[in-house]
This record gives sequence, C-alpha cells and structure tokens, in this order.
Amino acid sequence: MLTYLINGLSLGSVYAIIALGYTMVYGIAKMLNFAHGDVIMIGGYVAFCSTSYLGLGPIPSTLFAVVVCTVLGIVVERLAYKPLRNATSLAVLITAIGVSYFLQNAALLIWSSNPKSFPNLVGSIPNVVIGELVIPSTAIVTVIANLLIMLALTMFTGRTKMGKAMRAVSEDKGAAQLMGINVNRTISVTFAIGSGLAAIAGVLLCSAYPTLMPTTGSMPGIKAFTAAVFGGIGSIPGAMLGGILLGVIEIFAKAYISTQLSDAIVFAVLIVVLLVKPTGLLGKKVSEKV
Amino acid sequence: MSTMLKVSDLKVHYGSIQAIKGISFEVNEGEIVTMIGANGAGKSTTMNTVAGLLKPTEGSIEFLGKSLIGIAPHKVVNEGMALCPEGRRIFQHLTVLENLEMGAYTRTKEEADETLQKVYDLFPRLKERYKQIAGTLSGGEQQMLAMGRGLMSDPRLLMLDEPSMGLAPILVDQIFEIIHNLNKAGTTILLVEQNAQMALSIATRAYVLETGRITLEGPASELMDNEEVRKAYLGD
Repeated sequence: MLTYLINGLSLGSVYAIIALGYTMVYGIAKMLNFAHGDVIMIGGYVAFCSTSYLGLGPIPSTLFAVVVCTVLGIVVERLAYKPLRNATSLAVLITAIGVSYFLQNAALLIWSSNPKSFPNLVGSIPNVVIGELVIPSTAIVTVIANLLIMLALTMFTGRTKMGKAMRAVSEDKGAAQLMGINVNRTISVTFAIGSGLAAIAGVLLCSAYPTLMPTTGSMPGIKAFTAAVFGGIGSIPGAMLGGILLGVIEIFAKAYISTQLSDAIVFAVLIVVLLVKPTGLLGKKVSEKV
Repeated sequence: MSTMLKVSDLKVHYGSIQAIKGISFEVNEGEIVTMIGANGAGKSTTMNTVAGLLKPTEGSIEFLGKSLIGIAPHKVVNEGMALCPEGRRIFQHLTVLENLEMGAYTRTKEEADETLQKVYDLFPRLKERYKQIAGTLSGGEQQMLAMGRGLMSDPRLLMLDEPSMGLAPILVDQIFEIIHNLNKAGTTILLVEQNAQMALSIATRAYVLETGRITLEGPASELMDNEEVRKAYLGD
C-alpha cells in the first residue's frame, strides 16, 4: 500500500513537472502546446547520448539536456508559433500537433525506432530502506526535484520582474504592452522555461521507466496535459496538485483494479472532476468588475 | 505652447470596416484636451491607435516631434506617453503594488520608487491597500489604480479613456478633480469621455467625434455653449 503511494507520488511528480510546462505556456500564450510531450522525449535522448556516448555524469547530462531543450523550445516557438500569433487557436493547435509529429519523426531518423535502454541517472544514490519498505532513490529524487521546481517557479512568478510581467501578459496582453512589456519576449521565456522543465521530466521519467523510444513522450505528455486541466489549467499549484493526484490514481488503479483499465480510470476521474468543477480543482474563475 | 501630440489624417480599419475616417487633432503642452462622442464614434480606437495597440492604415502620429508610426507597441511608453485604457484593464490577479510596478516596467527600481511615493500621495487609498489583489478593489479604487499605474511611467502625456465609466457621481467628481490637479502639476492630458458635461468643464479644448470623423472642435467653453453640442451631448 505504502509502496504504491510512493510510486504514485513519484510518477505524479513527473506528470507535475510536465504539467507545469503545459500550464505556463497555456496561461501566457493561451495555446496548447501539444508538442510539449515530445520535448520530453528529446530531453531523454539528449541525456541518453551524453551519458552513453560522451561519458558525461548524471548532472552534466541533465544540464546538457535542459540547455538543448530550452533552445529547442525557443526555436520551435519562434519558427512555428510566433507567425501564428494572431491566427485562430485551431490553426495554432494543428501546428502544435504538426510540430509533435515533426519531433517524433526527427527522433526516428536520428535514433531509429529501436528502444534504447536508458541508464538510471539517479541509480548511483542508494535506495532508502525503512523496515520492509524500500523507497527507490529515483522516487526520492523525483519528488524533491518537483518540490524544488515548484518552489523556484512560485518565487520566479511572485518576486521577479519578469515573473510578474508574465502574469500580467497572461491576463491582458494589450494592457501589458501599454506598460512597456515586450509580449513576444515574455512568451519566448515561457517556452524556454517550459521546455527546460520538460528535459528534467524526461530524465526523471526515463530513469524510472528506462525504455526510450521516439514515442516515449506522447502518453506522459497527454497525461500531464490531463493533469494540468485537472488541477486548473493556467495555475501553477494546480498543475502540481493535478499531476500528483493523477500519478497516485493511476498507480492505485493499476494495483487494485486493472492494469489495462488504469488509463481509462484516470480519464474517467478527469471527466467527473470537470463535470463538478469545470475550471479544474484550483482553476481561477475570472469575474469582471465594470 | 508647443505642440506635444500631432495626429494628421488618421485612418484606422478593423478588417474592411473603416472605424476612423481621416481625423486630425493636436494636444499642446500643458493642456487638457477632451474628445467627446457617442458610443462607437471611434474614441477608443483613436486612443488605442495613438498608444500603438492598433496600426493605422494611413496618416501620421507625431509625439514630441517624433513619428510613432511603426514603433513596437511596448516601446511607445518610453516616449513619455501613457494610456489608461477603456474599462481600466488593471491586472485583476496581481496585487495593487504589483500593478503599479508593472506601470513602471521600463524604469529602474529607484525611479519607480520615487514615482510610487507621488502616486501614493495622490491616491492614499492605494497605499492602504497595496497588498490587496486588484480584482477585489471597488470600481472607484480600480480606476484610481488604473490612473496610478499609468502615472508610474512618469508620462508627459497621460491619456485617459473613459475614466468615469461605471462610477458613482461622487466618485466621478473625485476622479475629475484628480485629473484637474494632475494637469496643474504639469501633466498634459488627453481625455476621452462620454460624460461630456464633466469633460468640457475641466478641458482647455475639445473635439467632437462622430462615426469616425471630427465634426466640431474648439475651446471647451465655446463647445459647451454650442447649440448642437448641448442637444446631442449635454442633454438639453
């Protein structure tokens, strides 16, 4: 029982980190970046290559993956999404799906479809054993990483000038421009942060589930998107809460109900939550005062 | 008096609809200029275009001798002009202080702190509530915040779009008194209003905008006595 909870928290923390990327980009650019999951996969491959071929240690490999994904995020935004800033949201959505396939196929070309066995990058840290309970080091590192990221993002959006500007842009782009805020640059920074986080999520995900394929990012991407909606899209604590709940529900459903049905159960819970609370668990209800 | 803002033959389209059909107006240093007109006359469109949020199809906008055409919208504020947009558009989820900080986004911390004190002196209510989430302020307080936020860039020209909208009469009086005082302290003001009575009573000069064209212009006191203006806008 406790083991399931730990596994759930660990998986949930990965979802939470990915969901943060979705929710930030949605909150600020008002778009669903469906290619976000594939950035995770790219992050995983970059970390894989830097450990296996370049012989880098776990931390340098992760940092390298973060740098590559951050740049990737900025480039994708600049080339694919920025030209569509004033287009309909449907056009942007379709573009995002296109970018997703593009990244998957690029990975297929570079790394082929053969699954790579990902080295556990946090495996060098010993597992914690309390009586009969074994807490895998991967789980500990994942949960701690998630908490740190959450803390850092809360500080960033609450205390820094850029962070406050992001919140301003997410509310009203026009008014933000009147203040002198460069909206395009703010969106760029958002993509950079989201993609950098995706790289960390990729490393953590592949450390726990070590099969790396070009489609590795799709399902966690969709689940994390669900988590973001579940928690209230646009809300940072919401993404965190949604991610962790989703992970825990998934693991418990797998353990006690059915492995095959676990995903269906996860999505059923999402539907029920949205029926009761359409804005998600922590979603903001925007009321206008005139 | 030197010309601060000079708009010539401005035309603005929304898609194929022409909202502004070639208007020219000026604001001189030290003036309060008001633009009155009915709903849909194009007042807000004019303001948003001057502030760079909308691109004109034709015409020129010169501010302090410099053309503003083609300048990125977020750079216009650096030229010394601030717009308090229609509907206030404060950042509802940010605190009062954060809203004010955003108003000084392009300035250094020291400059911003100095102006912040002035804004607090002008609107003591904002100082009392600096930690409060802006969306929970009353309508009048939100208007004060919108104006305070605009002033945080220390503009030479403050543009106010319908500051009296939705406010109780006593608050309207208060807001107009503040506008009057701001002007006396040296800020030039371009004021768009539906409350023509109030606007004309504090303005130096006025323009009447009707369906995208300026139909009348002159000293505010003259327009106040104008037969047509009295009928159409002052309810006589």
